[in-house]
Amino acid sequence: MPKQTTNVLIVGVGGQGTLLTSRIIAQVAVQMGYDVKVSEIHGMAQRGGSVVSQVRYGERVYSPIIKKSDADILLAFEKLEAARWLDYLKPGGKVIINDERVDPLPVMSGKLKYPVDIDKRIANLIPDTTIVDATRMAEECGNSRAANVVLVGMLAAAINIPAEEVENAIREMVPAKALEVNLKAFREGQKYLSATLNRL
Amino acid sequence: MKKLMIGNEAIARGAYEAGATVATAYPGTPSTEIVSTFADYEGLYAEWAPNEKVALEVGVGASIGGARTLVAMKHVGVNVAADPLYTFSYTGVNAGLVLVSADDPGMHSSQNEQDNRGYGRFAKMPVIEPADSQEALDFTRLAFDISEEFDTPVMLRVTTRLSHSQTLVETGERVEVGLKSYKKDAPKYVMLPGFARLRHVEVEKRILQLKEYAETTDLNRMEWGDKSIGIITSGVSYQYLREVMPEVSVLKLGMVNPLPEKLIRSFAAEVDRLIVLEELEPVIEEQLKAWGLKVEGKELFTLLGEYSPEMIEEVLLGVSSGKGSGLDQEIPPRPPLMCPGCPHRGVFHTLKKMKLHVMGDIGCYTLGALSPLDGMDACVCMGASIGMSLGMEKANGEDFARKVVAVIGDSTFVHSGITPLIDVVYNQGTSTVIILDNDTTAMTGHQDHPATGKTIRNLPTRKLDLPALVKAIGIEHVRIVDPLQLDEFRQTLEEELNRREASVIIAKRPCALLVKKAPDKEFYVDPELCKSCKLCIKIGCTGIYWVEENRKAVINPNTCVACGLCPQVCTFEAIKIVEG
Repeated sequence: MPKQTTNVLIVGVGGQGTLLTSRIIAQVAVQMGYDVKVSEIHGMAQRGGSVVSQVRYGERVYSPIIKKSDADILLAFEKLEAARWLDYLKPGGKVIINDERVDPLPVMSGKLKYPVDIDKRIANLIPDTTIVDATRMAEECGNSRAANVVLVGMLAAAINIPAEEVENAIREMVPAKALEVNLKAFREGQKYLSATLNRL
Repeated sequence: MKKLMIGNEAIARGAYEAGATVATAYPGTPSTEIVSTFADYEGLYAEWAPNEKVALEVGVGASIGGARTLVAMKHVGVNVAADPLYTFSYTGVNAGLVLVSADDPGMHSSQNEQDNRGYGRFAKMPVIEPADSQEALDFTRLAFDISEEFDTPVMLRVTTRLSHSQTLVETGERVEVGLKSYKKDAPKYVMLPGFARLRHVEVEKRILQLKEYAETTDLNRMEWGDKSIGIITSGVSYQYLREVMPEVSVLKLGMVNPLPEKLIRSFAAEVDRLIVLEELEPVIEEQLKAWGLKVEGKELFTLLGEYSPEMIEEVLLGVSSGKGSGLDQEIPPRPPLMCPGCPHRGVFHTLKKMKLHVMGDIGCYTLGALSPLDGMDACVCMGASIGMSLGMEKANGEDFARKVVAVIGDSTFVHSGITPLIDVVYNQGTSTVIILDNDTTAMTGHQDHPATGKTIRNLPTRKLDLPALVKAIGIEHVRIVDPLQLDEFRQTLEEELNRREASVIIAKRPCALLVKKAPDKEFYVDPELCKSCKLCIKIGCTGIYWVEENRKAVINPNTCVACGLCPQVCTFEAIKIVEG
């Protein structure tokens, strides 16, 4: 077991399903015997605001929140949120960005501009960046709402946690009628990231 | 195997294991999951009370009646419950009562960031503060014993980060403590001056006994390390500290009121530099200073907001971990906003168009204050909108009142909107009150309340009839209208504003998140007809957005729920239903 704590920062927009993702990853870490802490956001921010879930696991974890410049991986459900939380990534960390744009209120109303090519600018800055259209992949698996589980698959491949354990966690947490689509979405996500890694 | 639990679940589990049979609460972030989790245990009593005062009073009755009782609320809820709390401290308990105060440093979902450890000092009751979910469970269990041993309510004080962080928990077995026998004891429980004077003597004795207890309890522990710095801390700040400074000496307090003076003095004597690390108010620090101890606290750490590991690292070690990502880019903020299809949007769109002075209240609809709706003038606390609208009228006269409305949600109205509405009638106000009836307590995650007709366990109960209630108070003009039918809503509002009598408009439509069925139609913006006026954008809905390149509005089919609001706002009939 690595002594070092692994820090996973999952960010997105309230309502995108970041909570399920962090809970699946945390559950797997528990099954692997780690000390685990997870910090979640409930309440007002969930109404379309910027949300963050933090999962930390290792031999002994104190703080439930990740320090700036200390996240091993940043998983962003939305492009702008990747940029907002990029300060939290450690040097040499990995970034996975869902190719989804959700305009925040000041952009919708035309007061501010959504930064163009923000995902590509992040990719230029952080060598280990993967951009994926998880919504489309989930659609191809049968339901666009499984996009968060596609991202779980990518995350699992990126931080190298065993697929079997993740699938068990998904079985526990996802309603039976949505299970098949979610398992498929997970495997697609995993495959996608592994293929990307092989290209590097 | 150990299980992951958020702090709130662990508190519920602790109460369950301690043999509690009654739990009461009014929902409020970050406390809500405590009693909703307790309600999952079968065969025990759990309720959503109409407000925190009632929740505590039910708890007081249950405790005097002999049942171990858990009462939970957010920090500002304790203000509502403060009246029974201060005097309950005098009567003491029969069976143990634990009051959870969930504070919100950083105001993730609150209107202020008051530090409720202060209540412990004012009400002379013990305050216990866990630092992770395991402690939340263990300390809750122990708090019931302390409550009974010292004949006092016990406050379990947590913060958002504790309530909503999952950490590993080893659960235990439930202890069936049974009901304590109830005996009438008027001098203990009837707080007439003559009896209360005697109880006050007991309260002062009790706090001294609790001070002695604090010296030896396992709730407080010293962790020796490098003695050049000794830090006194509690709660989640302890975890942040351990993360960045594993080597320092720490006095970790699990009991933050009363403080163990001897223990603190002996700790202080061993270390070169004494520091108190506490979020929000200098509650511990000021007591140490009053004892004449040389201690640093708020000259190092801010009174504002939530702490973090990097903040402590920066202050104590002088290192800055925020090196910056190198992304030179302004990131537009993403404030929370009303959901697509939210009934409140129709209300605030209309209020803005009519340029009214809006006295607001607490709930999702407080988001109506934000741009582009900009539809609120004031919002203070639960239920304040109605009293404020009457005050506005009494200050400025009846003509001014024709431009003032109070806006309050259904759950908030039941919580504390009824008495101010009685004041409006009694003192001949002409206020117009809009009750936003979305049939739930939405902001905290859709809890039931008396006017939904369902209990905490989703079982049917007698439904509070809001129109009948309002009429019984003496409001003669009660109108029920769908807030997403803009013309009808506006016309109703104009009629009631112009009436020189008090009136209530019930804007009735269920929360958009409760509507489970898929929309029966789809809208699109016809670019030929769109005149780029942006009226539809100004309703602030994520279902429709602006494309600068061709200066047209576009419906987002993934988020739009076809509520039909934007087509009513468009003056060019450019928003149409997709055929087929």
